[in-house]
Amino acid sequence: MADAVLTQTAEKESWFHRNQQAIAPWLFLAPGILFFAVYVIAPVFQSFNLSLYEWDGLGQAEYVGLRNYEDLYWEFVDRDAFYTSLKNNVIWLLMYLLAIPAGLFIALFLNQTVFGIRLYKSLFFFPFVISQVVVGLVFTWFYDPTFGLLNAMLGFFGLGPLNVMGNEHLVTYGIILAGLWPQTAYCMILYLTGLNAVDPEQIEAGRLDGAKGLRMLWYIILPQLRPATFIAFVVTIIGSLRSFDLISIMTGGGPFGSSRVLAYYMFEVALSEYGFRMGYGAAIAVVLFLIMMCFITYFLWSMYREERGR
Amino acid sequence: MSEFLKRTVAACAVSAAMAVPAYAELTGDLSIFLDTSNPAPRATMEGMIARFQEQHPDLNVETTVIDREAYKTQIRNFLTANAPDVATWYAANRMRPYVEAGLFEDVSDLWAEPAIADNLGSTKGAMTIDGKQWGVPYTYYQWGVYYRKDIFDELGLSEPANWAEEKANCEKIVASGRACYTIGTKFLWTAGGWFDYLNMRTNGFDFHMQLLTGQASWESDEVKATFANWRELIDMGGFIDNHQTYSWQEALPFMVKGEAAAYLMGNFAVAPLRDAGLTDDQLDFYQFPAITEGVAMAEDAPTDTFHIPANAKNKEAAREFLRYVVSADNQTIINAGDGLGQLPVNANSSVDDDKFLNQGFEMLSSNSPGGVAQFFDRDAPAEMAKVAMEGFQEFMVKPDELDRILAKLERARGRIYK
Repeated sequence: MADAVLTQTAEKESWFHRNQQAIAPWLFLAPGILFFAVYVIAPVFQSFNLSLYEWDGLGQAEYVGLRNYEDLYWEFVDRDAFYTSLKNNVIWLLMYLLAIPAGLFIALFLNQTVFGIRLYKSLFFFPFVISQVVVGLVFTWFYDPTFGLLNAMLGFFGLGPLNVMGNEHLVTYGIILAGLWPQTAYCMILYLTGLNAVDPEQIEAGRLDGAKGLRMLWYIILPQLRPATFIAFVVTIIGSLRSFDLISIMTGGGPFGSSRVLAYYMFEVALSEYGFRMGYGAAIAVVLFLIMMCFITYFLWSMYREERGR
Repeated sequence: MSEFLKRTVAACAVSAAMAVPAYAELTGDLSIFLDTSNPAPRATMEGMIARFQEQHPDLNVETTVIDREAYKTQIRNFLTANAPDVATWYAANRMRPYVEAGLFEDVSDLWAEPAIADNLGSTKGAMTIDGKQWGVPYTYYQWGVYYRKDIFDELGLSEPANWAEEKANCEKIVASGRACYTIGTKFLWTAGGWFDYLNMRTNGFDFHMQLLTGQASWESDEVKATFANWRELIDMGGFIDNHQTYSWQEALPFMVKGEAAAYLMGNFAVAPLRDAGLTDDQLDFYQFPAITEGVAMAEDAPTDTFHIPANAKNKEAAREFLRYVVSADNQTIINAGDGLGQLPVNANSSVDDDKFLNQGFEMLSSNSPGGVAQFFDRDAPAEMAKVAMEGFQEFMVKPDELDRILAKLERARGRIYK
């Protein structure tokens, strides 16, 4: 009798029960995977596909093979809009990285206990809290060639006037400067939390060995801040590649298209008031995606390596 | 009996009000999408729809007002996915993508009715693509030079009639430490207005249209002559500095403060200039002067329109609404100074007693024999308009780059018009 009951329960144990350990993580991951697949992975392939067509978003799509990419290539060779956008993207990428040392500097400066330090910290963090649109507007007024504060300040030193937003050589740097303001605040917060975790015993030990100033920073503090630096790099690089809102607010890609970046150019070609070239926009998106992919792969790989190392 | 009497009276009243044959009572839903999101136009259009509703009490009218800029991108979605019965849009090439995609209803039957055919002839061309009409106009407005009369008086200048006088005026204005013209080219289209006028005055309406429809070359001598004229004004310092940084609204203060004497603009610039404190004694208007002798004067007069989407559900009611929109009485009301403050299209409408509206009406009805253009970015395909207007902006900042700019436009022409 007892035997029979035992075998029965053994038989009753379903497939799900037996594999519970293996299945459970996938079940928990399922919603995430589903949404990621539908809203991220599928559109990526859709864009690839769309970039092979010429389509105005309304009528019939016409298959044109790689012609959109060919057009992009010729725009690059002719130093036309695509070349300008790509060049500006590189400038953005390099200049935006200044947010990291700047954020570190401010974090070190604020990492002390004096009266009201919390207030100072929140003031420095403030630009990250306000909307990018507001940042853009504030800087547009600051740069205004006739009524702006910048020219008033330059005039005080007998310099200027300077029309930053109207000069095709300065405009990108002007916008990046506006973008650095909140980005620096972000990096600062990352480093401030990192500094909290710095081991005081190691600093003590370094001090006994006679390290101070820059040597202390370089050999003792910075190695301990590695995780913070890594995250700061990731968010800054991704942030620079998706720069769009500031350009849209401050210049609309102008003057004569000299402040465009790839993301903005894509929007302009495919989705703006004068844009009807979905396929061409998709081709630009694919190029931007490939550039981002290089960085993302590198980050994922180095993260993977680090996990392995532990 | 009394029921019958009531209905007859109602039908008579309706037909009298609209001067078109009255149809059977309209029922069902009528959804209307509007892009007139600014406060005054919005109230005007809502008032118009309310009057239409009064005439058709059994009809359930639903109005959706969409932000004017957002509308330009949303129309692509709602025409295909969730079409209203009536939608606003613009005339000429701006409606071509939707006509070609089969998203607008052919309303040639309306245009065959005498009430429309006889009174709206002036805009028929702008509403026609492939020999059919695709919508009806409800308003338009003139473009021209709005200037500070007090500054002209102070310098002893009069309204210029030709290019030589124009340049002589401008030289005196510049010598007095002002700019002749204010302009803000940040959003490009204002430069398109300048090109429209310079090209239509230099080469005439027909060449202008050939150029915008891709039949003429951007590197032709005619186009170069247009730019040479433009350059004369640029080189003498005729335009305000740093215009590439300003929107058209941000360029207004230069005129209000008297740092610039004039503004080539649409009639919509009058309201903000008055709001800024300029009186009608200080502000006046003149038609853009002739350049090449013998070239017929042609004007920009952008027309705003109503269309029936091809996917509309209640097309009968939509047609009735369009009939109401174009009727003489309605156009008089909505275009009055307290409404849109623009010009009615219906020839039987009366123009509100406003200094600028009267001058504009006079100019368009009797002094524009060459033709009426819509505007650069409405006559040219969207893509070409974008590239070209960017070129105009660059030219205004760096006139020496003209050859490179024109070569770029010519390349774009080869790609866009196929």
